[in-house]
Amino acid sequence: MTPAEILDSLFGRSHRVESGAGGLLHGEGLLAHAAGPATRVSLIGLTQGAALGVDGALALAQRVLSVVQAGERNPILVLIDSGSQRMSRRDELLGLNEYLGHLAKTLMLAEQLGHPTIGLLYGGSAAGAFIATALATRVLVALPEARPAVMDLPSMSRITKLSLELLRDMASSTPVFAPGLANMELMGAVTERWDPGRPLDAQLRRLLDRFAERSQERRDQRAAARGGRLKAAAIAERVEREALRDG
Amino acid sequence: METLSFRHTAAHALAGARAHALVGVVGSGNLEALFERVLDGNACVVEVVTAVAGYGAVWSEVIADFVQRYSPGGLRICIHDGGARPDTVALRLAQGVSLMADDHE
Amino acid sequence: MNEAAPQGGEPAAPRRTGARDPQLSSWFESTARQRLAGLLDGGSFSEILGPEQRELSPHLRQFGLPPAFDDGMIVGRGRLAGRTVLVAAQEGRFLGGAVGEVHGAKLVGLLRAVRSMAADARALLILFDTGGVRLQEANAGEVAIAEIMHAMLQARAAGATILGLIGGRAGCFGGGGLIAACCSGLIVSEQGRIGVTGPEVIESNQGVEEFDAADRALVWRTVGGKHRRLIGGADAFAEDHAESFRSAAIALLERPCRFDLEVTVAEHARLRERLARLGDADDAWAIWARLGVADPTRVPDMPAPEFLELVARLQDERRDAR
Repeated sequence: MTPAEILDSLFGRSHRVESGAGGLLHGEGLLAHAAGPATRVSLIGLTQGAALGVDGALALAQRVLSVVQAGERNPILVLIDSGSQRMSRRDELLGLNEYLGHLAKTLMLAEQLGHPTIGLLYGGSAAGAFIATALATRVLVALPEARPAVMDLPSMSRITKLSLELLRDMASSTPVFAPGLANMELMGAVTERWDPGRPLDAQLRRLLDRFAERSQERRDQRAAARGGRLKAAAIAERVEREALRDG
Repeated sequence: METLSFRHTAAHALAGARAHALVGVVGSGNLEALFERVLDGNACVVEVVTAVAGYGAVWSEVIADFVQRYSPGGLRICIHDGGARPDTVALRLAQGVSLMADDHE
Repeated sequence: MNEAAPQGGEPAAPRRTGARDPQLSSWFESTARQRLAGLLDGGSFSEILGPEQRELSPHLRQFGLPPAFDDGMIVGRGRLAGRTVLVAAQEGRFLGGAVGEVHGAKLVGLLRAVRSMAADARALLILFDTGGVRLQEANAGEVAIAEIMHAMLQARAAGATILGLIGGRAGCFGGGGLIAACCSGLIVSEQGRIGVTGPEVIESNQGVEEFDAADRALVWRTVGGKHRRLIGGADAFAEDHAESFRSAAIALLERPCRFDLEVTVAEHARLRERLARLGDADDAWAIWARLGVADPTRVPDMPAPEFLELVARLQDERRDAR
């Protein structure tokens, strides 16, 4: 689906969105309900496979902060079809880690202050951009065409010095390292998959209705239940318990 | 990768009170060794997981020499090896035994 | 232990000493366990889920890589100037300190704990030494980094102080850089490097014209500790030994920084101002000159005391909000 199709399916005509440079998008939509007033959903997005650099991260963070400062505690929806972080000397010189971290922090602050934060992954996303946007939301949903990745297999082959053929073979049997939506679902990163064949507004309403319950789930517990990360949740629990013992 | 296991009977049990100790780091040309006082009497077991296959005979020799020299009875020693040279292996084993021989828990 | 390895042309070769005093040996050269021993009050460290528990990575074997008993992440409790703190240290020599499933989960657990500690013990120190996500378990590592960031900001919102110490040989890159950005305070040494994409990765993706990773001086002034301290990417500068990191950490613990709307707005203003003021500079030298450094080319060779004076002269008293 394109962003326009997604927005139409979510909000009908009740949305206004501005697209900025570098694949950035922001605006809001009104999610209708059978009874009662519509829910104002604030929107930000990183689209067209854009890489996320210092300028884009700051601009998106500004939008999130404005929504938080408005104080409505309304849902924030993050649309994502991105590349990785922008790889340039300038970005590193200026402290890209702080800008990406800051964007993630604004989303996590919004969540702490009562905004349901939802990521909608409808295309690619990789590495630092994936962490600073999609993974910084409380609940991440995905359309079937989503392509999350940490790194593509050819680059991985260069760095690990393992042959591309071997990595391709292993990828089919080993969800823990290979790119792809199904693997990220197993890791607990993606909460649910939306069906593009059905109206998205109903799927968003359903998610918001159960948001409190959904946001109680931890990603590592979901990963244990789905069989993708068998150790993470148990290790974290043990460390937490032992750290608190006679502490 | 290769897994090796060596079982020896030392001349006597290693003195000291320490239950376990770790020396070294798994890295290129280096290894980590975990020493645990878990075996009965004079038994000593060394288990090796190494990134570099085909050096079983060298390991066997270095470890036999180590047992002969330090008499590490009662110890199980588990090694994760990133391709350490024999002198590095011997150094780490000696460091571990010296920690285990400490009187303090 | 003498585990010195050849240096890659770093500035000011880390001090090489035969001394047994862990407080004075090079932080850059030390292992994670040696750093903890030198940082904390003598003998106060107690490890959680130590190596004898054998919580190994379940994923490395199929790549033909030997695991580590602690998965390159050492967590536990200790005292710093008498105060109870939780500590986590990454071992940069093991797979570049990269974050895998177990490695990440240990830090997640510790961060969840610090939130519930007694008010005067709500402090955690992270000794970074990482290239980012461990590619052999990339998906697990990536999600773990997000879990770490969530847990950090929840802990900080509950009043915990989380300090990052950066001066290891792997630096602090990839997701590690994002985690560092979520700390309430950062201490960096000259040898410490902070970034997202490492110079080699930029060069291999964008070409040598974009970033010549073999030009060590360029690498160091772009991502190194002095640059980060000068632009406000770190709160304190330490010399390359545990004693210096220790005194900086003790001082920073006295400056708590709660995560809330106010501090996030202040951080936003700080980062916006940086971009407006320095965003078109093409080299660290130009940036340092704009910040008021009289002779930028001298900065890399400047001894620590002189550098600290320079920083004090250039920066006002305002806390670097993060």
